[in-house]
Amino acid sequence: MAATVDARGLSCPQPVIMTLDEIKKGKDKEIIVLVDTDTSKENVSRAAESQGFRINDVTAEGEGYRITMTKG
Amino acid sequence: MFPTDENVLIGLDRADDAGVYRITDDIALIQTVDFFTPIVDDPYWFGQIAAANALSDVYAMSGIPKTAMNLVAFPAEEMELTVLRQIIQGGIDKIREAGVVLIGGHSIVDKELKYGLSVTGIIHPAKVLAKKNLRPGDSLVLTKPLGTGIINTAIKAGLASAELTDRVTRLMAELNRDAARIMENFDVGACTDVTGFGLLGHLAEMVCGSGTSVRIESAKVPVIAEALEFANMGFVPAGAYKNKEFREKMTACAETVPRSLQDVLVDPQTSGGLLISVGGSQAASLACALQAGGIVDAAVIGEVTADPAEKISVV
Repeated sequence: MAATVDARGLSCPQPVIMTLDEIKKGKDKEIIVLVDTDTSKENVSRAAESQGFRINDVTAEGEGYRITMTKG
Repeated sequence: MFPTDENVLIGLDRADDAGVYRITDDIALIQTVDFFTPIVDDPYWFGQIAAANALSDVYAMSGIPKTAMNLVAFPAEEMELTVLRQIIQGGIDKIREAGVVLIGGHSIVDKELKYGLSVTGIIHPAKVLAKKNLRPGDSLVLTKPLGTGIINTAIKAGLASAELTDRVTRLMAELNRDAARIMENFDVGACTDVTGFGLLGHLAEMVCGSGTSVRIESAKVPVIAEALEFANMGFVPAGAYKNKEFREKMTACAETVPRSLQDVLVDPQTSGGLLISVGGSQAASLACALQAGGIVDAAVIGEVTADPAEKISVV
């Protein structure tokens, strides 16, 4: 089961903080983050990679993006 | 067309750091105005930074600031008046340090707090340093390290240490006065200050229309070390991405330049340093003189080439 972080409607640096918090919990190997700006898409990807996660998929969803990442 | 006359030396048609208007053959006025919303939590330091930032445009043209006026927008119903007093005190202390007098101002009630200054300075009409005078063979010198936008984002996220917050606050509050006075003794062709468009954005303004190109050696650019770390963690402000996109067509960055450093090169700066184009043979001695004058991060970061394509290459 993947954890989902919904950071839509939030501006920088909130989506990054939420992603880092979810990663710190260490519960799920797969995390899905929903964002609605290009800045958040870029920054959430950087945050995930800095914590040893890999970005598997970025898809456009509605007005924003769905970022799927896994550990290792 | 904007209203103008024969004494406008630098006006809106060539968007420079400040406007310049000739009064006599020996004296021209330099006028500039800048204000913004708080970038640090401490009201006193916010006042200092806003003042240093407003004064910087006069220094970037090699002028001497003389008078200032406060611009204040204040949410009087939600905020204690002591906050405003501290902001204004910060501004006053900074302009006093600059040898500038406060001769007026204007305040309004607004939903969002804003503070800044309008500054007037003087200069000899023949000595105005504009952005647009890059000469092939010149070298580029930067006087403050980059990364304040990224660090400020990390501060907002609660991740910057008290020591780092303090260091960056003082950096933003530092006047560009000494750098401006030191560069007067060198063969400087053009100068600007690095603010919201980031290093590459302000460099692009210098390059456009110059008939020259520039080459930046990224490893030599002074950077706040923690900014690289926070960029890697995703604390890059939206403005940095906008700056990058805006100048993408004229910028070529080598793949060997780390992504975090590329982010820092477009990071919007608050009250950033001077970017000076100086005769190549004098560049090292200018950097040396700046360092000796207390501007310890000053460094030669690149050069102007004769390539008429007006490109910025980052290696």
